[in-house]
Order: sequence, then C-alpha cells, then structure tokens
Amino acid sequence: MNRRHLLATAALGLSLAFGGAASAQDKTKACFVYVGPIGDGGWTYQHHQGALAVQEAYGDKVEIAWQENVPEGADAERVLTQMALGGCDIIFTTSFGYMDPTNAVAKKFPNVKFEHATGFKRESPNVSTYNARFYEGRAVQGVIAGRMTKTNKIGYIGSFPIPEVIMGINSYYLHAKKVNPDVELTVVWAFTWFDPAKEADAAKAMIEQGVDVIASHTDSTAPLAEAAKAGGKVIGFGQASDMTEYKPSPRVSSIIDNWAPYYVKRVGALMDGTYEQQDAWEGIAGGEVQIGEITDAIPADVKAEAEKLRDDIAAGTYHPFTGPINKQDGSAWLTEGQTAPDGDLLGMGFYVEGIKGDIPK
Amino acid sequence: MFGGIDPALLIASLMVASVPILLAATGELVVEKAGVLNLGVEGMMIMGAVCGFITAVVTGSPALGFLGGAAGGAGLSLLFALLTQVMQANQVASGLALTLFGLGLSSLLGQGYVGIKPPHTGAVPFGPLADIPFFGRVIFGHDPLVYLSVLAVAAVWIFLRNARGGLILRAVGESHDAAHALGYKVRRIRVLAILFGGAMAGLGGAYISLVRVPQWTDGITAGAGWIALAIVVFASWRPWRVLLGAWLFGGITVLQLNLQAAGSGIPVEYLSMSPYLITILVLVIMSSGRGRAALNAPASLGQNFHAAR
Repeated sequence: MNRRHLLATAALGLSLAFGGAASAQDKTKACFVYVGPIGDGGWTYQHHQGALAVQEAYGDKVEIAWQENVPEGADAERVLTQMALGGCDIIFTTSFGYMDPTNAVAKKFPNVKFEHATGFKRESPNVSTYNARFYEGRAVQGVIAGRMTKTNKIGYIGSFPIPEVIMGINSYYLHAKKVNPDVELTVVWAFTWFDPAKEADAAKAMIEQGVDVIASHTDSTAPLAEAAKAGGKVIGFGQASDMTEYKPSPRVSSIIDNWAPYYVKRVGALMDGTYEQQDAWEGIAGGEVQIGEITDAIPADVKAEAEKLRDDIAAGTYHPFTGPINKQDGSAWLTEGQTAPDGDLLGMGFYVEGIKGDIPK
Repeated sequence: MFGGIDPALLIASLMVASVPILLAATGELVVEKAGVLNLGVEGMMIMGAVCGFITAVVTGSPALGFLGGAAGGAGLSLLFALLTQVMQANQVASGLALTLFGLGLSSLLGQGYVGIKPPHTGAVPFGPLADIPFFGRVIFGHDPLVYLSVLAVAAVWIFLRNARGGLILRAVGESHDAAHALGYKVRRIRVLAILFGGAMAGLGGAYISLVRVPQWTDGITAGAGWIALAIVVFASWRPWRVLLGAWLFGGITVLQLNLQAAGSGIPVEYLSMSPYLITILVLVIMSSGRGRAALNAPASLGQNFHAAR
C-alpha cells in the first residue's frame, strides 16, 4: 500500500512538503494520517471530510496536511516522525493499528499533540484518544431489520472479531429481536476491512441462505451492490459513509461517521489554549454518529419507530444495552434496568443470548 | 441439499467467482509459455477494471466495456513489453513496477467514477434450457464471460497443443536462442504474447468491476492478480489445470462463506485456512509424481533475449 501511495500521490501531485517549518509557526498545522485512499467512499473518506471541515472553520489560521495509504506498523512511525518534524502541531492518526506508533512517536515530541482514533493507549500526556459509539446506530438498523425481514433471517458481515464489531452485532441483534422475536441472525466473518469481491461473495452466500436484510461492517459498497442484484427483495445499510448511490433501495438507511465536530473542536481548543488530554467516546448525541436518511422503501410506521429510537438515544433516555441481557451461554450480564458500563463494551468478547455460532478467536 | 447449502447455487456461484482469476491466469500462462515472466498481472487487472468501467459507463454498453477493459490491460502490458523486450530491463522488477504503476494510475483515472453504477450485464438467454432442474441453474444461467473464460482455456489448450503458432510460441519459451537460429522473430512473438496476457488480465479486471462487484472503488481487485500468478505455477503451465486451480480457489472461498452463512459448526478459522491447505496438499501430490511438475516450467522463463548474444 505504501508503494502504491507513493505512485498515487506523485501522479496526483498531492505530496505535501513537510519541510516548511518557517511558515508553520504563525499558523496552527493539523495533520491527518489515513489507512486507506480518500476515495474509498467509506472510512477514510469520512475522516478527510472532517479534515476539510477544520480548514473551512478556521480558514487562514490553520493549515492542514495529510498522508493516504499509510500502512499500520513501522511505516506509520516514520510518517508520524516526519510530520512532527515538519511542524505539525496536532496529528490525528485514524486507524486502530496506529496505536503503538502514535504512542512511541508522541514520547519523542512532547510539544506536539497526538489524537488516536479507536484506540485505548494514552501513554504520555500529549496523547488523546477518540472513538464513536457506532453501536447506537446499529440499534436503529436492528429495529429496521427486525421489522422489514420477511424470511426472519437477517445477516451481518463482520470484518474482524474485535470488540467494536462484536458490539455492533449484539446491538443489531438485540433490537431486531425486540421488535421481532422470531428473527435469526447469520454472521459471516470476511476477515478483511476492504475486499469488494469477497464482501460481495459474503452477501451473496447469505442471500442464497434466505437472508433478506444485510448489515455490513466492512468498508466498501459491494454488499449493497450484491443486494441490488436481488431485485428489491434484499435491503441493506450504508456503512461509515452514507452510500447514497444505492438509495432508495437496497440502501434504506446508513450509519455515517461524522468526525468534523470533533476535529473542529479539538483544533479550536488547541488554538485558544484550552486543549487537554482526553478520551472521547461520543455517539448520536454528540453528532459523531449520524443516521442517514431512512428512505421511502421503509413503511412510515417503521420509519417513525426507528427515528424515535434514534432520538431517545440522542436524548440520553435510552441506552442500547439496557438489561436484562444474558450472554450467549445463558449467564447473566446486565440485570433489569442496568446499562452496560463502557469498560464492558470496549472489551466485549461475547455474543448475547440467542445468537448462534461462535466468535472466532 | 447438503449442510443447508444448495449444490446447484454453490456451483453456479463458484463458476462466477473464479472468472477473473481464470481469465488472468490463462493469459499469464501464454505469456510464461513464451518465456516471459510478467508479475504485473494485478496492475493490468486493475487497469482493465477501471478502463472497462469507464468505457461501459460512458457508452452504456457492457460489451464495449469488456473490450475497453481488455484494451486497458493490453495498453499497460505494452509498457512492460517496451521495458523488457526493447530496453532489456529486468522482468521481475518491471513486472512489480507495472503493478504499482497500474494501481496508482487506476486510482487517478477512477477519481470521477466512484459511486456510479455501470450498465447491467445480463445472462445469456438459453430459453427453456435454463429451466432444466439443476443443470439449468449450473450450466445455462450465466453471463457471456463465464462461457468465454472456459472457451478461452479450451482455445489456449488447442493452440498450444495442435497449432503451428503454439509450437513456435513454446519453442521461444523453451529456448529463445534455438528459435532465433531457426529464424523466428523472438521479440515479436513475445510482445504479442504479452499483449494477449494483458488483454486477458484486463478482461478479468473488467469482470470484477462490471459483474462481480458492479462499481468502481480504489484497489477493487484486492490481490486477485497475485492469485492468478500462483495458479499458473500450481497448474504447472497446463491450461486445464489452470481451470481446475481457478475453480478450486474460487470454489473454496465461496464454500467457506456459504458454510458460515448456513451456520455449519465448523470454526471459521479452518474454513479460512482451507484454500491454502488444499493448495499445499495438491502441490505436494503433484510434485510427488516423479518430479515432472517441477520440470514443466518453460526453460527460458524470465530470461531476456538479445539477438547479438
């Protein structure tokens, strides 16, 4: 990916000179490290929209820079060092795999602020972490799935068995089950974030098994493309980005990662001196998780029900993981009325009661 | 039905899933038979994917899209031919460079095409044949490229085995000096083989962006070109084994996803591992056959030819 990046940037003339240290003094320089190409239409695209929002909000007072397709690992450390030397005041590292490189480089540059997405390590005072409560959006999708399925089989394409994905699966299933007790969930693990052909095959395998609502936790629009081939019988959701090109069906709603408010807030705080280390985990209420338009392919009453759930979560009157909830093996997890502590969610390694199959280790 | 999976649907999807690697591997087989090692299959595939996609969207015709894809792959392979056949550059390095260049260039070309749906490629109308139980679904329900890919394997097999041109091509691949001494235009034949390989890889790429996953996204081929390269070795440079290898790879990938979806109790790890396990197994069995498989590689593979030498 790194070599490809070099070529892509050379061709596009996007490569940024990190050398201009002199000009970096009067402006605040915000830098972004991306794991994929901006044109992925999903995860990285949304982070870049956030970066552009920072530029928009502060105009001349801020300078932004970014690197695409930075591999997770040693290369990331090199890129981060280069950015820190190049006058970046705050660096956003936007993938889980940058966790250790971010902390390692941060120790060497105490005056540069580091912000790591989806991680949990804050080893020095200049490292903050941020994430979004995507499971809140999964709850809304679960309600739609439970109401809309005709075969009572709903599906979820998992990427990797990490807490964030398992959280999404549980939330999706719990809320589908709540509105439709007969619903059965099929989970297929693709073991990739991005492989359009494999994602499409996974969706196809589920459709052949009678699944008619598909949620995915991978980065491309391929599952929606596959659902579209079924001629209206199968619906799905946009993931990370709105994926409007599949409106009004099969894409009936979506989870949109909206990083702009967070990026604008943090760069602003750095500029006016109120910046502090933190561990941010915002959801629908904070605007980081947005629910994309629920289309007319969904009956009005289901749409209203899903929107009410969204609003209740936003208002803080409802938590998607509210007891009683048992684990898959039948043991109790949350008692009546108890809501899930964040620690349980961030380390989630189990399915809730009713989901069939095992989580790969 | 076995294990909750309908075999007709499974076979039908594995035939579709293996078309891109089958086309690319068939092309690469011819290139390698001519003594040229082109590691740029991934780059040519993705160029085919983007060129095919753009052509299909602009003209509204999937058929022209596939032609555009083949042209895109062949166009990029021309660069490889220029580097290795005219400028005598190292084939391995040139091939790798071709992949990197193709990935970057396709990303640039595809900038304005993210989020567009290409025109639909329909199935070949077989009429009543498609209603035959089981076989109707397995054999008569596909788009034209599925049949074309199998026909291409047959054509390459006949060409290499029975045609005079095939004999010359193989001679060039086995000993370019001897072929040159006999008066054959080694470089011209190799350039033509490279172009054919490029066109086939491009066609395979276009199949991904127009049929398999009808959309354009950066990096859409996601390593299919490397699998195609491996299949050629796996097949020990024999056309029908290429077909077998492609269906095996495509089939196991599809099967493991289907088994997961059908809720079989087999742990995912074993299913994900299975294509590679079976590959190792097949390689061991094949190479135990008196070492013939290992000897089947074209003798001049990867060597540059210069007439003055």
